[in-house]
Amino acid sequence: MSTLEIKDLHVSIDTEQGTKEILKGVSLTIKTGQTHAIMGPNGSGKSTLASTIAGHPRYKVTSGTITLDGEDVLAMSVDARARAGLFLAMQYPVEVPGVSMTNFLRTAKTAIDGEAPKLRTWTKDVKAAMAQLRIDADFAERNVNEGFSGGEKKRVEILQLELFKPKFAILDETDSGLDVDALKVVSEGVNRAHEAGNMGTLLITHYTRILRYIKPDFVHVFVDGQVVEEGGPELADRLEEEGYDRYATGAGAATIAAAAQA
Amino acid sequence: MTEITTEKARIGAPSAQPFINGFTEEGESLSPINSATSRAPLAGEAVKRHSHGGGVGIPDSSRAGRLTSYNLADFKPLTGLEEDWRFTPLKRLRGLHSEVLSGAAPTVTVSGPEQVTVETVARGDKRIGSAGIPEDRVSANAWENFSEATVLTIPAEFEADTEVTVVIEGTSTEAAAQHLVIVANKFSKAVVVLNHQGSAVVSENIEIVIEDGANLTVVSLQEWNDDAVHASSQQAKIGRDAKFKHVVVSLGGDLVRVTPSARFTAPGGEAEMFGLYFADAGQHLEQRLFVDHAVANCTSNVLYKGALQGRNAHAVWVGDVLIRKEAEGTDSYEANRNLLLTDGARADSVPNLEIETGLIKGAGHASATGRLDDEHLFYLMARGIPEDVARRLVVRGFLHEIIQQIKVPALEERLTEAVERELAVTNN
Repeated sequence: MSTLEIKDLHVSIDTEQGTKEILKGVSLTIKTGQTHAIMGPNGSGKSTLASTIAGHPRYKVTSGTITLDGEDVLAMSVDARARAGLFLAMQYPVEVPGVSMTNFLRTAKTAIDGEAPKLRTWTKDVKAAMAQLRIDADFAERNVNEGFSGGEKKRVEILQLELFKPKFAILDETDSGLDVDALKVVSEGVNRAHEAGNMGTLLITHYTRILRYIKPDFVHVFVDGQVVEEGGPELADRLEEEGYDRYATGAGAATIAAAAQA
Repeated sequence: MTEITTEKARIGAPSAQPFINGFTEEGESLSPINSATSRAPLAGEAVKRHSHGGGVGIPDSSRAGRLTSYNLADFKPLTGLEEDWRFTPLKRLRGLHSEVLSGAAPTVTVSGPEQVTVETVARGDKRIGSAGIPEDRVSANAWENFSEATVLTIPAEFEADTEVTVVIEGTSTEAAAQHLVIVANKFSKAVVVLNHQGSAVVSENIEIVIEDGANLTVVSLQEWNDDAVHASSQQAKIGRDAKFKHVVVSLGGDLVRVTPSARFTAPGGEAEMFGLYFADAGQHLEQRLFVDHAVANCTSNVLYKGALQGRNAHAVWVGDVLIRKEAEGTDSYEANRNLLLTDGARADSVPNLEIETGLIKGAGHASATGRLDDEHLFYLMARGIPEDVARRLVVRGFLHEIIQQIKVPALEERLTEAVERELAVTNN
């Protein structure tokens, strides 16, 4: 049983206009076996939270803590976080020219486990996981994400999730840009990883659609860098009906919301 | 350039009108490396004055107008402002451009199939001069001073199943001259690996004759010791329907300057020219190549890739492709890519393409120099891969594209290891 704990997290980025605060005090605790959905409108800071947990250098933590079983995650380098058991399925996975998928997967698995996987079982595992996610076998010989479609990239992210077996998976809008079939395939992959036990999930999404396939235990609504409402799965249903309008802050947004109701 | 009197499309050739002060289209017009030794004006003028050897209607900056001669005296002493020397630190040439090259030439040891003949011949041998003529002062200096040459002949219709290895071992750092001739007779097929190693200060002329229908690969490895200075002119003459593959791999040496050229003499020829270089702190690795499409229906493809790391690591790549009026049906492409791994390294890259006929299949040129992409590193590191391993993965992948062109498994493996060693040096 592991715990990922985020306490009063404040995060800023440097922009041309100066420093901008994106997360304004976020607290969240995830335990093994739990699935937390983070939902919110565009620009609310959902992806910033995901990238900050993974350690992307663009995001500066100004205060607050992230701990994994009491260990200070913020003090760890990006690769150390991954080895400690955190996995970020990226919203926009980059293409890495010149590095084959096969080589990449084996190198990463070796780094995470601290020893090279047994060649025979590893090759079999990769093949089986690819087949389940309906990824063509020839992808293994291609360079990382190079020339993959948006949907293929997302499947390859989940392939890594299944192979690396992290303690906590952070899925950053893995559902966006997927058609229904791909969404099902990807969701099944996440559920398999979950059922294998020993994993907690932070599912970041704009839409409720993916929650039909991956059932959250908790739903947190994110607006303007803060959690504004928390609840169980029923909260997602309510969001489906009502959208994010009722959380809108500021006079302008309130007027739009009022006009929409009129 | 008011001298241009014939109709020409000239892309990438130097412009007389600098669009940024002190810069031509090619970049810096005055080499900071050599500027201290001369008070001459900027390159626009300097290039113009360098106008011997041209002909009526050939602009002096065209590659077609380059002076060629077997006589050293025809080449003026170098100042460092010449178009083809502006990036080279002359002070580090250790006399290759100015001294009599009387040192002992590196020893040549050849191994390979017994059908391939190896001869040591005197200057008067008729095969000397069959494919090459010096195009610069350092090459002419070697031509004037070499005492004997090694001639390698791959007999007609012989297909070698193992490569021919030529070990060129330097044992002295007295300025020396070297001469090699490689002849691939009709319909032969072979791979020749030139392995430059040891310590040397040497100017080398390599003539390569690829007769009709022959298929020759020449791999020139520069794995010199740190103190070596090496200038190598490698000129190939390509016959009808012949295939020539040239691979330059420069890893070791203080200053290495390789100037390969491929000249098509009959239709149907094919030239592929690849290069890989890895410049460390203080190293100067330069490559200037020339593809001369003088006849119709020939194909050329050029790709050079380099990685640079450490203070004052300097790589220079200049690619001249000339498609002459007669060369209808030409298909040609050249590209150079550089990866700067640390601060303080510098890559100069100049692709020049001159096209004198519109009746071609294709002609392209490209160049890009960049750093390791931070997002690539983040992606790999977010999967637990430590930063140094991630960097190596990316650089190895970048350079592997060239190594895999060699197609000699043992050599590919050895070069992969050599690249690994380079990467391990600084652990950047």
